[in-house]
Amino acid sequence: MPEPTPRLHTERLSAFFGSTAAVKQVTLAFPPNTVTAVIGPSGCGKSTFLRCLNRLHELSRGGRVEGGVWLDGTDIYDPDVNPVAIRRRIGMVFQHPNPFPTMSIHGNVAAGLRVNGRLSRADTDVAVERALRGAALWDEVKDRLRASPLALSGGQQQRLCIARAIAPAPDVILLDEPTSALDPIATQSIETLVQELKRDFTVVMVTHNMQQAGRISDYTAFFYLGTLIEHDVTTKIFTAPSEERTEAYITGRFG
Amino acid sequence: MIARPLRRRLVSRLMTGLTLVAAALALLPLFAIFADLVLKGASSLNLEFFVATPPAAGQTGGGVANAIVGTLLIVGVGSVLGLPVGIGAGVYLAEYPDGRFSSLVRFFADVLNGTPSVIAGIVVWTWVVRPMGGFSALSGAVALAILMIPMVTRTTEEMVRLVPHSLREAALALGYPRWRTTAQVMVRAAWPGIVTGGLVAVARIAGETAPLLFTALGNLNFKTNLLQPMQTLSLQIYFFATSPFDDWHRLAWGAALVLMALVLLVGVGARYATRSRIRNA
Repeated sequence: MPEPTPRLHTERLSAFFGSTAAVKQVTLAFPPNTVTAVIGPSGCGKSTFLRCLNRLHELSRGGRVEGGVWLDGTDIYDPDVNPVAIRRRIGMVFQHPNPFPTMSIHGNVAAGLRVNGRLSRADTDVAVERALRGAALWDEVKDRLRASPLALSGGQQQRLCIARAIAPAPDVILLDEPTSALDPIATQSIETLVQELKRDFTVVMVTHNMQQAGRISDYTAFFYLGTLIEHDVTTKIFTAPSEERTEAYITGRFG
Repeated sequence: MIARPLRRRLVSRLMTGLTLVAAALALLPLFAIFADLVLKGASSLNLEFFVATPPAAGQTGGGVANAIVGTLLIVGVGSVLGLPVGIGAGVYLAEYPDGRFSSLVRFFADVLNGTPSVIAGIVVWTWVVRPMGGFSALSGAVALAILMIPMVTRTTEEMVRLVPHSLREAALALGYPRWRTTAQVMVRAAWPGIVTGGLVAVARIAGETAPLLFTALGNLNFKTNLLQPMQTLSLQIYFFATSPFDDWHRLAWGAALVLMALVLLVGVGARYATRSRIRNA
C-alpha cells in the first residue's frame, strides 16, 4: 500500500511525568482518512501518547513533551503556536463519557462551535444537527435537544461526546478507549461510527481491545513500555507481525 | 456459633442507640431555643412591632422597624462586599491549587475563619471608623464582609474541586481557553454549591453582634444613611436585654424571634439550592 502524505505525524516524540518517561522517541505518521489503532498493555504510554497529539499532556501535573508533532506541516509544539487553536483542529473523545452536565444536549454539541467564534442561531442549529447525524444520535435525541445529557444512556452520552468533538469540523479525531466503559451493543454502534468518521477525519484510536483494533482500523501501532514496537497495516500486524513482542501480545501470551 | 452474631447484634444496637441519642442531644438546643423564643417573643409581635421604632426608656409599645431594616441593609452591603471576593478567591484556590501564593491564601483564610469576630470589629474600628471620623453602617458591613470572606472562600474552593476533572479536560480538548473552562464549565457546574455556601455565610453574619459594637454602633432612630450609626436586630437584642426595663426585654424577645426566623429563612434557601443540585445530578 503506498503511503499517502500524512496529515499528522510525530517525530521522536517523548513524554514525561516529572523525570519519568512515559513515551519514548516515538516517530509515527497518520495518513488522512484512515483509522489508526494504538494498542498495547496497560501503562504502555498509549494514552499519554494520544494526549501529546492535542497538547493535553502538558497540562497534567509534571507533564512535559520533547520532540515534535506535525499537523499539516506545522509543528504544533512551536512556541508561536497557540495550543488552544491546535485543540480546535484536533477533537478528542475520552474513555468515560463526559458531557457538560450544565448544558443541554444541544448546548453540548454547540459548545465547541461557540468557542470557535460567533455563529448565528440558524447556523448553529444546522451544525448541531449535522454533528448529531454524524454521530448517529440525531434520531434518538431530535425531540429532546433541550433536555439534560445526563438523561441519556452511557452509549448515547459517548456518541454525544463524539458529536461534540466533530461539530467544529476538526481535521483529526482522537479517541481514548472510547468503548471501554460501554456495553457490547453500545460498543458496536461506536465502532460502526468510527468506520464512518474516517470519511471526513483522520482518526487515531487508543484501545486495549485487540479484536476492536482488528475490526475497525487500517493501521495499528503497538506500544510497549513507552516505546513504539511496531507500526503497520492492521491486517499485517494481526497476521504476520515482524516483531516477536507484537506477536506475543496479539496472541495473548502477555499483556 | 450463636454467641458472636448475638454479641454483634447487641453492639450494633448499642452503637445505633448512642448515635441516636447524640443526634437528639444536638437537636435539643435548637428546639429549646426556638420554643423559648416563640413562647416569650410571639406575644410582642404585632403590626406596631414591625413599623415603629423603639419606645423611650420606660415607655410601652414601639417596635424594631429600624433594626429590621438596618439588619437587611448592613448584611446586604456586607454580602455585596464579601461574596464576590470570597467566591473569586475560592475559584482561584481551586484552579491554581499548588502555588506558594495559594497555600498562603488558604492558610490565612483558615486563620481568619478561626478568628473571634470581635477582633474583626476592633480592626475595622481602626481601619475604617477612626479615619472616617465616626461609627457607620458601612463600617459594620465591612466588618461582616471580613468575617464572611474566608468562609465563602473555603466553601467555594471545595465546591469547584468537587467538579470532575474530566469536564475540565473535555472543555480544554474542545479548544476552550483556560478562563472559559473555569468560568463556563467548572464554576457553572459548581454554582449550586457555591450559592449554598454563600447563603450559609449570609446567615452566619446576620446574627453577628460583637463586630458591630465598634462599627455600626446601633441607633434607636430609623436610619437608612450608610454613613451614620445604624441599628441591627442583634445589637437591638443586646441593648434591650441588658437594659433594666421590662418592656425593652419584651421587645428583645420579639427581635430575637424575628432574627431567628430570618436566619432560618436563609437556611431554608440554602437547603433549596442544595436540593435542586441533587435533583439535576
